[in-house]
Amino acid sequence: MDPRRVPRTVSDPKVRQVGFFAPPDRTQSGPPAPTSSSPPVSEISPSGNSLSPVMIPPPRNLSSDISRHFPPAPISPLRGGRGAADSSIPVGSYNPSEFISPTATADFSEDAVSPGWSRKGNSAKFASSLPTGGIGMAAVKQNNVPASGLATVSTVRMPKAVTEKGGATGEVQMEQQPGDSKISKEKTTKAERRALQEAQRAAKAAAKSGGSKTQAAASGVNSINANTGKVPKVTPSKKDSSSVAASEKRGGDRQPDKDRKKDVPHPRMQFDDENRVEKAKRRSVVKQTEARSRVELFRHLPQYEHGTRLPDLESRFFQLDPIHPAVYKVGVRYLAGDISGGNARCIAMLQAFQESIRDYSTPPEKSLIRDLTTKINSYVSFLIECRPLSISMGNAIRFLKTRINKLALNLSESEAKASILLDIDRFINEKIILADKVIVKHAVTKIRDGDVLLTYGSSSAVEMILLHAHELGKQFRVVIVDSRPKLEGQMLLRRLVGQGISCTYTHLNAVSYVMHEVTRVLLGASSVLSNGTVYSRVGTASVAMVAHQFRVPVLICCEAYKFHERVQLDSICSNELGDPDAIARVSGRTEINYLEGWTNSENLQLLNLIYDATPSDYVSMIITDYGMIPPTSVPVIVREYQREHLWI
Amino acid sequence: MATEIPQSRQNLDPQISLYYQTRAAHHAVVTNDWLAQAQAAVGHPPEDAVSENSSLKSAGGEESGNGFSVVNEFNNWRKQPDLAEAVAAIRALASVIRSSQATTMMELEIELKKASDSLKSWDTTSISLTAGCDLFMRYVTRTSALEYEDFNSAKSRLLERAERFGEISYKARKIIAMLSQDFIFDGCTILVHGFSRVVLEVLRTAAQNRKLFRVFCTEGRPDRTGLRLSNELAKLDVPVKLLIDSAVAYSMDEVDMVFVGADGVVESGGIINMMGTYQIALVAKSMNKPVYVAAESYKFARLYPLDQKDMVPALHPIDFGVPLPSKVEVEMSARDYTPPQYLTLLFTDLGILSPSVVSDELIQLYL
Repeated sequence: MDPRRVPRTVSDPKVRQVGFFAPPDRTQSGPPAPTSSSPPVSEISPSGNSLSPVMIPPPRNLSSDISRHFPPAPISPLRGGRGAADSSIPVGSYNPSEFISPTATADFSEDAVSPGWSRKGNSAKFASSLPTGGIGMAAVKQNNVPASGLATVSTVRMPKAVTEKGGATGEVQMEQQPGDSKISKEKTTKAERRALQEAQRAAKAAAKSGGSKTQAAASGVNSINANTGKVPKVTPSKKDSSSVAASEKRGGDRQPDKDRKKDVPHPRMQFDDENRVEKAKRRSVVKQTEARSRVELFRHLPQYEHGTRLPDLESRFFQLDPIHPAVYKVGVRYLAGDISGGNARCIAMLQAFQESIRDYSTPPEKSLIRDLTTKINSYVSFLIECRPLSISMGNAIRFLKTRINKLALNLSESEAKASILLDIDRFINEKIILADKVIVKHAVTKIRDGDVLLTYGSSSAVEMILLHAHELGKQFRVVIVDSRPKLEGQMLLRRLVGQGISCTYTHLNAVSYVMHEVTRVLLGASSVLSNGTVYSRVGTASVAMVAHQFRVPVLICCEAYKFHERVQLDSICSNELGDPDAIARVSGRTEINYLEGWTNSENLQLLNLIYDATPSDYVSMIITDYGMIPPTSVPVIVREYQREHLWI
Repeated sequence: MATEIPQSRQNLDPQISLYYQTRAAHHAVVTNDWLAQAQAAVGHPPEDAVSENSSLKSAGGEESGNGFSVVNEFNNWRKQPDLAEAVAAIRALASVIRSSQATTMMELEIELKKASDSLKSWDTTSISLTAGCDLFMRYVTRTSALEYEDFNSAKSRLLERAERFGEISYKARKIIAMLSQDFIFDGCTILVHGFSRVVLEVLRTAAQNRKLFRVFCTEGRPDRTGLRLSNELAKLDVPVKLLIDSAVAYSMDEVDMVFVGADGVVESGGIINMMGTYQIALVAKSMNKPVYVAAESYKFARLYPLDQKDMVPALHPIDFGVPLPSKVEVEMSARDYTPPQYLTLLFTDLGILSPSVVSDELIQLYL
């Protein structure tokens, strides 16, 4: 593999360059791949890795294999069109169409530094300057049709993403001498991108009118098959004109969105896809600045500079006509971090929606169902900009939209509104509040006198269980494990000690030290996925793993409405990135300032993950409002849930 | 048999599980107690009824005012040693429906609930009895047609379902025996622990199908299950070898598969069975031998033990043959819990299942 590997790293900017690699060899011609023509991308140094030479080796997965086998032919026309026209179809791993067509659908209103957008402009320029550019483009676009068909969701994402990054920076480097050293390339790239970012901001301020509601409507819909849905849908629209293709794409996206289930929270959009990010940015309400130095492995997740968003949003309160004030308030609270925890966020969001529905009136000539759905979509996309949706919120939104769609057409407006408001109330009551009571009832049967219970962070369900068990008079003590930067365990500690429960408090690095005296571990969850994986606050997986090693039973307490049918194998493909500055600083200790100015260092990135995925092997039992079930039974609950319409 | 219960409760250590006492009564071991009660049952029926009513007043004996007592019925059924307790309970509950004089569905359900509770209280440590009663209640009352029909047709429908459940449970052993035939191949060596009538049925059917296999029985102290089982197998002309309990790991090399029954199958897919099952499963797992569990579906219980101590304790006396100083404690628990990761397959009348399916079935039934 190695002889082929080196040219691959050099010549294939679409391949995510994660891992240790040799410095790229400029003089390499295209890879000696058996199947394709040689895209002359060897001139372009690898894109993503130019920023951070020390990175995590990639998992050996399908995408990297596929991308190794199938070189990115579509890049070629923009590079000089060498053999572009006859480039064979890169079957499978990625669909470069987004890169090629500047009209790549950016559904989700996200702001980002998108030199990609202007790079599209550059690419157009370059392409036009190249003799075979236009032909290559057309050929490539045709090639994309079969390519999309074979793409699986996971592989589509990564290579597509890399496509953008790779192509974009590679493109930029076209401007310079190929012989530049890597360091100067990096600097130029960054400076170049910052300049582009400034230009982009100016352009965006001018183009603010693009944020219409209809655009937001199409953008706001979260489709579980957004990526695969887009891939086949993108291919039909192969027009050069951006606006036409954009509207086609939006229409194309609407069709799968209508037909398919509207679910899957936002995080599945790949944020290293420059085109879509740019598109989203134009429609966004909240002004976001993409953070400048980002960890390579997590480029597909959004990361913004946290300092600027809140004041900016607050100042724009009176300009946000399409957003109902209640929704705006909730969004601001998400942004500020006031509301945290799956249940709290979901309830706050639903109550804000209730307010907005109360104040809603159907415009003339419009159907209530469709118009209300559109409005809800726009609110959802606003909330996503403030903070990516949690899975509980995603499920609640899905429920709400299903209920709206099921409204009988002959209802008057007030009746329809009353019905929806009632449904929301029932959802909150049955699926959250009552569910918590049932969970507490089941869980206290597993607490015996003399138990030492360990919990991590602060989960509302676990807190209720502990307080109730204490009320019942059980004798136990609690070990609370906490971690930076959020230190959520301190709130739990305060409340438990206030009720007279004897507690021990420690940090995550001591968990293996303290685990030997623990008899049960109680953890909360943001969601439980269909393969039994528990998606929860970062650090939960470590606690569960240590508990498993010590043969301590791990009980996960999670309401059933948080279950999701998706499957996740690791914590990387879908996650949320928090504010890296929170890691750099220690509150109350200003003398610990070793990381001050970390953004200026090019070799340093800070990563603040919010969630992680605990494999089902470490989980002994999941306590839900359906009773105590083994982790293997989660898909059964999801199946029964949907079949019996238990969300209703 | 009803008279035996109050006597037993008074005569012996109240900590001892009735379940294990009565099992002895079933397995061709003629004890004095049994003789006494047999005589009583034959000779003095009115006294039986009176004493039974008085002793069971608190446990729903007011039904005797109707001329019918579910526990009486239960014990009539149980006089057949081959019949599983849970099946007897299910049949008794079916007869409650049959002879009920309720006029509304609600009344009938309340009657059923009371009958079920009284049966369960007869032996609180028996998991299969509790599970069987609960499942019966769910199965029978789960029909949606109850709301729409008049009472009599609803009642006959309930009765029909109840009888069907009873039939299935009764035939469960035969079904399991049939399903498991494919797993016994010629020349195989089977390790059996405990005296399970289902496993015996499996082996009996295999012997009748002229399969050539041999069986290792663990001694099964203190219940002497191995001795009883080897008796039975010898009658079937199956080569049997007795092992003391400590010789299981020693002989595990020669064994091809382990066959056990179950007192109860819990929601995680694990089983609760006679003490020693967990040990054998651990050894088998470490030596890569499959562990097969033969259990009827009415044994699926909504329990979820997290460890060995997380269950209702069931104790039985252990006779060491020599007097022990009173300071010495004896572990008297009669059963243990085997987690699902040590089990390979469950043979049930619902089919051959992997342990994680148990929860699936329970969810479908209960939700």
